[in-house]
Amino acid sequence: MDSLDRLEAETITILREAYRASSKPCMLWSIGKDSTALLWMARKAFLGRVPFPMVLLETFMELPEVYEFRDQLIDDWQLEYFAQICPPESEVDQTLPPATRAAARKTEGLRTMLREQKFDAVMVGIRRDEQAMRAKERVFSPRRIDGTWDVKEQPPEFWGYYTTSVPDGAHLRVHPLLSWTELDIWEYTLRENIPYVPLYLARDGKRYRSLGEKNITVPIDSNAATIEEIIAELRATRVPERAGRTMDNESEASFERLRAGGYM
Amino acid sequence: MDLRVAITGHVDHGKSTLIGRLLYDTGSLADGKAEEILASSERRGLAVEWSFAVDAAQEERDQAITIETTRVWMHYGGRRIVIIDTPGHREFIRNMMSGAADADAGILVIDALEGIADQTYRHAYLLRLLDVPEIIVAVNKIDAVENPEQRFAQISRDIRSVLETAGKPLRAIVPLSARDGDNVVNRSERTAWYSGPTLIDVLVSLHPLAPLSDRPLRFEVADVYRFSDEERISVGNVVAGTLAPGDRVRIAPSGATTRVRGIKRWPEDPSPALAGQAVGLTFDDPVFIDRGDIVTHADRPPLVATTSFDGVFFWLSDAPPRVGETLSIKIGRAEVAVTVIGIDETIDLGILDKVQPDESSKHSAFALRLRAARTVAAETGARCVLLRNGEVVGGGKLSTVEPVSSQRSDNLVPQGHLISSTTRAQRNGYRGLVAWLTGLPGSGKSTIAMAVERELFARGYFVYVLDGDNVRTGLNRDLGFTREGRQENIRRVGEVAALFADAGAIVITGTISPHAADRATARAAAPGAFHEIYVRASVDTCATRDVKGHYAKARAGELPDFTGVSAPYEVPEHPDLLVDTDASTIEASVSSVVEYLIGAATAPEALLSYSI
Repeated sequence: MDSLDRLEAETITILREAYRASSKPCMLWSIGKDSTALLWMARKAFLGRVPFPMVLLETFMELPEVYEFRDQLIDDWQLEYFAQICPPESEVDQTLPPATRAAARKTEGLRTMLREQKFDAVMVGIRRDEQAMRAKERVFSPRRIDGTWDVKEQPPEFWGYYTTSVPDGAHLRVHPLLSWTELDIWEYTLRENIPYVPLYLARDGKRYRSLGEKNITVPIDSNAATIEEIIAELRATRVPERAGRTMDNESEASFERLRAGGYM
Repeated sequence: MDLRVAITGHVDHGKSTLIGRLLYDTGSLADGKAEEILASSERRGLAVEWSFAVDAAQEERDQAITIETTRVWMHYGGRRIVIIDTPGHREFIRNMMSGAADADAGILVIDALEGIADQTYRHAYLLRLLDVPEIIVAVNKIDAVENPEQRFAQISRDIRSVLETAGKPLRAIVPLSARDGDNVVNRSERTAWYSGPTLIDVLVSLHPLAPLSDRPLRFEVADVYRFSDEERISVGNVVAGTLAPGDRVRIAPSGATTRVRGIKRWPEDPSPALAGQAVGLTFDDPVFIDRGDIVTHADRPPLVATTSFDGVFFWLSDAPPRVGETLSIKIGRAEVAVTVIGIDETIDLGILDKVQPDESSKHSAFALRLRAARTVAAETGARCVLLRNGEVVGGGKLSTVEPVSSQRSDNLVPQGHLISSTTRAQRNGYRGLVAWLTGLPGSGKSTIAMAVERELFARGYFVYVLDGDNVRTGLNRDLGFTREGRQENIRRVGEVAALFADAGAIVITGTISPHAADRATARAAAPGAFHEIYVRASVDTCATRDVKGHYAKARAGELPDFTGVSAPYEVPEHPDLLVDTDASTIEASVSSVVEYLIGAATAPEALLSYSI
């Protein structure tokens, strides 16, 4: 058992616990490298099937290559899929900084989906090394109906015992990738030969390190044209992964405010 | 595998600062992070606050404390180390536990100025209870004390004796300054008197524990899948040992044996399952297997099937455990209702002394005796958690596990009914239950019990009174009035009442049952269906009534061990219903009991699901 084997086993265990605890689960799929690796592990956990729908919080602002990749994978892997349309930016908290506001559309979309579809468990591929507030997450995070998160009132979680029960009308946010790093995801993607959006690879000296909507994500300077080269690049770099995500860097508290409101 | 290191210790002893410094000195801070920390520190009028590397929440930065545990990755000498920050405030102990529980090593940070403080003791004890394999002590702020060498020697002696009490070996004690970086990554010239390793030297000498492949097999069943018409696949985790197709196995707690047909993975891979892996199994025989079962090799000693065990639990709730309280326990993937039969010991983790059971306080540890509602497979040393209404309130390890076979007759296999309690309840429109009336002799138990029986019968309920005296003329006529005889009397009444309730009846018992522990035993026989009703009346009122003339005899010294006069009555601390016959009439008491019981028997959740 190497490091990736142990991470994979932990994730599969969490997915099975979430499936067992929930009567109507779903998994968020941003079509990026993390949620696609998570989708791959869901197929492992349920022996080739994915027994719940994959949900895209749809802002119609993803890059064209992302939509193309999505359609291909739905077809190839026979996925149950639906897109939850997010409300326009004019309907979100106007006190947030501009790019943060754009990201908050997804929070609103998620809220609408929970209200209308009554999912009681939502699996999300966030990782602790992405962002300091995400680092404070639990694997199983019970949420109120509006999805809000209180970082000070999280249930204890240890020895693999998770809080899997939620009060009526609330839901569980499940985070099976918290222990993974960006580097782990790429090494795993390479080892397992998992498909990925080609935008991650460099073209003309630029590549997307983190894929967000096109209005709030910018590519980074890079010559990494293969996964092996991405891995080599990550081993050497000290630039944070989300440097190309405008919203993270608007103000010190902007990501915390997003997360408290129920953002992923 | 990354080494996971938890940073623990008393509040303000410099845990987060040490982490920030480790990240900075090892070059693990992302570009821009050091600048962000400087800017954020300056905005708050502080000198460099390295703790902001982990204290990301606004409230944490404003109050300069860690609230929630967090994890960051550190890179050094080709190794990756996960640093787990934990809060030092007493209020956030559950967050400390959540962070430290799966660490490979714990660093206990001690302020050289303040020395050993309350949370130092607590965290030392918790690191032991959590089984964190290695402990390192960092004596921080060593630059700030006079005679640092002497101070270091003294703190080293103190902490060694604390950790000895906590039964924990110590890997190293390092004098350092987190703020200035002395002996963190770089050796300090200011501590020429210290020749031991720097903190990073100690960390890179450690390695994470490997999975337990060479131990006897333990496969914990998490679920059973049956997609479409295919065979049933038991999925779960190999927590120890290895498992190959063709192996003869035994399933605990049922004891059934069979052979492993296949190891199921996707994409297909039939190779043996190793410790640490999550796989699926199929079996040769159509054995009944469910979540919570444990698969072992058939040629090894079987796991103990038990309903009775003791354990030591650290407590995370404001409300301490109570004798007679029904909680739920998770042992591996099994979850079962347990009743607290007794609290043997309360341990205040702040001072590591044993205190009296009734001085129980928040954030202590408790040695509990537990009785489970159904048989589970368990081992001494098993880590488990206790839940109250779905919330984790305690965590700990089992210290003794009593096999079912020694509790009752050998080779006993409980037979499952084909009709569930829920089915019975749904057909009847109400569920069976035990109304356990307790109180002094003459308090009115029998009078109330008989009147309630008549009233419920008139309303169409299947109801029956198990009266203490009546039971003693038949079922319990072999029992005397010694402590043991009385105890056994109550136990039998409890078991019979539980059977009646399971059959769908509303059972009313009227026994003095003066001991809380005996009532807890009766409650454990009917978990979830047991309702303690305290029929209260003063000794004087009872003596005035004295229907059977016993009080007069007792007061004359002719009746030894008479409850209320010559023997104690332990008043129920948290009865489900209190009926005060001093203050209210018999009619009012009867109608309050009737109302309560109908409510309990017909509550919507009572009709949906419960288990006995």
